[in-house]
Amino acid sequence: MTLVALALVLWAAGWALNVRLASGPQSRSVALAVPLLFGATLLVMWELIVRGLDVPMVFLPAPTQIALRFAASLPTLWEDFVQTVLKGALSGYVIGCLAAFAVALLADRVDVLRRGLLPVANFAAALPVVGVAPILVMWFGFDWQSKAAVVVVMVFFPMLVNTVAGLRAAETMQRDLMRTFGASYWQGLVKLRLPAAMPFIFNGLKISTTLALIGAIVAEFFGSPIRGIGFRISTSVGQLSLDMVWAEIAVAALAGSAFYGLVVAIEKRVTFWHPSNRG
Amino acid sequence: MSETAAPISAPEAGVGWSARVARVTSAMRQTTLPVLGVLAALVLIWTLACIPMNAAQSVLDASRAGETVSPEAASERRGMSALALALRNPGPAIAHAYTQGRPRLPAPHQVAGALWQSTATVAPTSAQSLIHHGWVTLSATLLGFAIGAGLGIALAVGIVHFRVMEMSVMPWAIVSQTVPIIAIAPMIVVVLYAIGIEGILPKAVIAAYLSFFPVVVGMSKGFRSPDAMQLDLLRTYGASRPQTFWKLRLPASTPYLFASLKIAVAAALIGTIVAELPSGAQAGFGARLLAGSYYGQTVQIWAALFAAAILAAGLVGLIGGLERKSLARMGMRP
Repeated sequence: MTLVALALVLWAAGWALNVRLASGPQSRSVALAVPLLFGATLLVMWELIVRGLDVPMVFLPAPTQIALRFAASLPTLWEDFVQTVLKGALSGYVIGCLAAFAVALLADRVDVLRRGLLPVANFAAALPVVGVAPILVMWFGFDWQSKAAVVVVMVFFPMLVNTVAGLRAAETMQRDLMRTFGASYWQGLVKLRLPAAMPFIFNGLKISTTLALIGAIVAEFFGSPIRGIGFRISTSVGQLSLDMVWAEIAVAALAGSAFYGLVVAIEKRVTFWHPSNRG
Repeated sequence: MSETAAPISAPEAGVGWSARVARVTSAMRQTTLPVLGVLAALVLIWTLACIPMNAAQSVLDASRAGETVSPEAASERRGMSALALALRNPGPAIAHAYTQGRPRLPAPHQVAGALWQSTATVAPTSAQSLIHHGWVTLSATLLGFAIGAGLGIALAVGIVHFRVMEMSVMPWAIVSQTVPIIAIAPMIVVVLYAIGIEGILPKAVIAAYLSFFPVVVGMSKGFRSPDAMQLDLLRTYGASRPQTFWKLRLPASTPYLFASLKIAVAAALIGTIVAELPSGAQAGFGARLLAGSYYGQTVQIWAALFAAAILAAGLVGLIGGLERKSLARMGMRP
């Protein structure tokens, strides 16, 4: 019980400190410290309450138990990471985004196609596309190819919608200027419209990072070789070894944030001219 | 649509017709016909793709029925690609592509038939009925969506009013959008089952969890959308913080509310379907997909998939309709 009381005291102390920090002068370090402090308080509370109340591990393992399991099974986690993230999600992401980009260029060139395709793509982007996973697993087998196929289908429509919107972002004045320069379609595309489309394209790329991981993980629930994040989660849940499940979730979370962070870093370099990056 | 349509005042736009008719025909030309064209092309591609996709089985059926196929030996055919097989046996491949019991790719009419058969011809309470499965999924989705959206709005209210909450919670809410949180779905189902909670609630918890974060992020933006001039005006009126909230922030956030609700309801449906995958759920679209994939019942999978898509479209469309109605009444129509 003392541990639980300690957890509550710690919570109050952490929150009070955050209140002081938040009402004080603002700076970058404060903006970074407050959420980190909040997260750390939650983590320590989790640990103390789980230990204080003797919560069984099949219900909720303590963070230290998860960390120990994480450290002890690094080779397995790495193998799953390679299988799900690098082979399944990343290859599907690249193929899907390139395909959507190509179709977007075509739709931008042929106006009837754009007007017909855009409502359909907008509609498809709201559908529970993960449902195609059992079909694609049946077609492409259990290995990573079927996961990549699911990812391709999942990222295609958001990417298409964003790219088409981006290709129309250049203003009429700017296009007219290109025309007065006598620029060909391709010159106008490369020198004006693609750069203007970059914020939209990166928006699509960012949305797609999460979708890619979701697709790759959920597709493994429908059948997978004996490795992969989704496979490990579903079998470890069956064996009630929840520390392993949490370790895999940590891997998925780290991979998701790193993937997103990478795309944001590239975006900052490519769209340095955009107002949101000045500053 | 209206912004892409040709202006009503365009030369000859209304010649011989009333403006309303002109508007309808112009919208037809601008959007409806191209969309129908794209849809028709998709169905055509789908129908044609059935021939190579199902070729292996078609040719096998044909050779069993005594027709001559090339190559004769089944062992030789096994190594060939589906397209090559269909090209060498065009007759049998076309004749047998659309009537198989378990095709690799069911034809559109087979899926439509299965949808019709499992909604209209069986009792809505039977386990064969997609209405039954749809209701199981829909009820969990709606419950989870209501919980998730409610909590999300409540947290957004806190975030807007208390700086410390914004600084502590908001970065995590944004980070959580980059994490495939759906991975925890199987665990939540099993853990809740272990403490005796089963049925609709575990699914609703996952649906709520997935719909929570989009609403938090969207609504805290929405409550902030009034500009400084408007906030200053209310301050000069001596309005209290609750008055500012009810009379300015809440109405101003309506467009953001509907935008985030649309994302949230789609996420809630995905969460429910994924939550139905493990744990041997008996009913729901997820269970239907999984059962279909276990037994190779491809037509059943496709029918469940289309039913789920129709449900998603209905939910998003419903919120979109509410959005148009309320924004029009509030005079905020974009």
